[in-house]
Amino acid sequence: MTDVTVPTAAENAASGLRAPAPMRAVLDAAAVQRALTRIAHEILERTQGADDAVLLGIPTRGAHLAARLARQIAEVEGRTLPHGTLDVTMYRDDLRLRPARTLGHTEIPDGGVDGKLVVLVDDVLFSGRTIRAALDALADLGRPRAVQLAVLVDRGHRELPIRADYVGKNLPTAQRETVQVRLAEIDREDAVLLGTKPEREAGR
Amino acid sequence: MSAGPRRHLLSTADLSAEDAMLILDTAAEFARLADRPIKKLPTLRGRTVVNLFYEDSTRTRISFETAAKRLSADVINFSAKGSSVSKGESLKDTALTLEAMGADAVVVRHWASGGAHRLAHAGWIRSAVVNAGDGTHEHPTQALLDAYTLRARLGGLEGRRVTVVGDVLHSRVARSNVRLLATLGAEVTLVAPPTLMPFGVEGWPCSSSYALDPVLPKSDAVMMLRVQRERMDQAFFPTEREYSRRYGMHADRMAQLPEHAVVMHPGPMNRGLEISAEVADSARSTVTEQVANGVSVRMAVLYLLLGGSEPAIGTEDEGERR
Repeated sequence: MTDVTVPTAAENAASGLRAPAPMRAVLDAAAVQRALTRIAHEILERTQGADDAVLLGIPTRGAHLAARLARQIAEVEGRTLPHGTLDVTMYRDDLRLRPARTLGHTEIPDGGVDGKLVVLVDDVLFSGRTIRAALDALADLGRPRAVQLAVLVDRGHRELPIRADYVGKNLPTAQRETVQVRLAEIDREDAVLLGTKPEREAGR
Repeated sequence: MSAGPRRHLLSTADLSAEDAMLILDTAAEFARLADRPIKKLPTLRGRTVVNLFYEDSTRTRISFETAAKRLSADVINFSAKGSSVSKGESLKDTALTLEAMGADAVVVRHWASGGAHRLAHAGWIRSAVVNAGDGTHEHPTQALLDAYTLRARLGGLEGRRVTVVGDVLHSRVARSNVRLLATLGAEVTLVAPPTLMPFGVEGWPCSSSYALDPVLPKSDAVMMLRVQRERMDQAFFPTEREYSRRYGMHADRMAQLPEHAVVMHPGPMNRGLEISAEVADSARSTVTEQVANGVSVRMAVLYLLLGGSEPAIGTEDEGERR
């Protein structure tokens, strides 16, 4: 999951924290687009035409990325892959550490996931805990033939034995850095930003 | 046991419009589970929910039990009949027993108005309390599932006209619905014979009428209340036939409703008294839908109260924690 709350310099000053360096763009709109185009081609190549593939995006931004990948693949192949969303909130292992969260939307395309090749799509791969939750959620929905993972950014620091099959950008980061993916559907622009957490939250 | 503040759901008066919409939206996501091969979520694994019922109930208790089990919570059913309560144990001593067993939430139905409030605020237990009906006071989850059903059938609640008919005096369902529907922007009209209209109803956020027929053509939904014979200690109407003729919902009255209007009943129904069998079994009746929606709404309430480190809905505790 991405950290979407970036405190402003004023907020940090008010809470007595050292103002962090401003968020720096590591991918601009064109680079995000190129990364998605490449992932779309890689999915087609690695799955020999993606005949039985189903794209499932993890809300919020992963869901938009899955829809975009489905469009890109449709441009190349002339047919639209089944795509939907998979909310993992109820399967997270940190539910008890934070206030009860609002649920996201799960939308499984017609035909389900049984016997299909499911490609999970998320914006940032970090600890791997979101993907662990997604695998549990998926197991309750059916039995896919295989599950693969596509992410726009892999920022490292895995806490579980999970890796991505398709990566838009490998981004070596420090623990105290934050990665923010911005997408036109929600944030009015495409970009990947790198910033620093305020000290208070660092090492969380 | 969560470390954050303890919260309860005791009355619909405590719910803001945002809280109520959060519950309904969360319930809508849970409702989709019903179509899945595995209808269970691991979210409340290891939490204990006690159903403490001092009054008879089938659908509410089963509904709460199903909701808790679908979220993987452990459920303990405790009914006054066949327990130490029939030997004279007080609510306090029963509560202390539940506290010693480590309940995370207590779903309580009590014959006394204010029973749930007492349990929540007396300092006997540390768990969250959900009111599943207290005397003639409130039944918040019933109102929430009614609002959910109305929203699903009518496409929204803002400005919708809901008529609540029957034994308003004894009805906690009516009280909870009036408050919640007013919060959500619906216009509620209470219809009852003068003997069954509560004293001080002018102060409620709704209008009232003694005649049903003039209200029908202007109703988007009609909610029939059960005639609660068990709470009637005197004659509130001359005969059941007269009551049925003036305030019962039957085919002729249903025909006066607008095309899109629905007929609701919280159950259990007295067929032939407040609602005819023909109406109860018609396509306009939402009775079975209400039961199905009840599970989703109660899952949402349990999840929002127990699912995180601190509850997302409900009222703060008044007293100090023990």
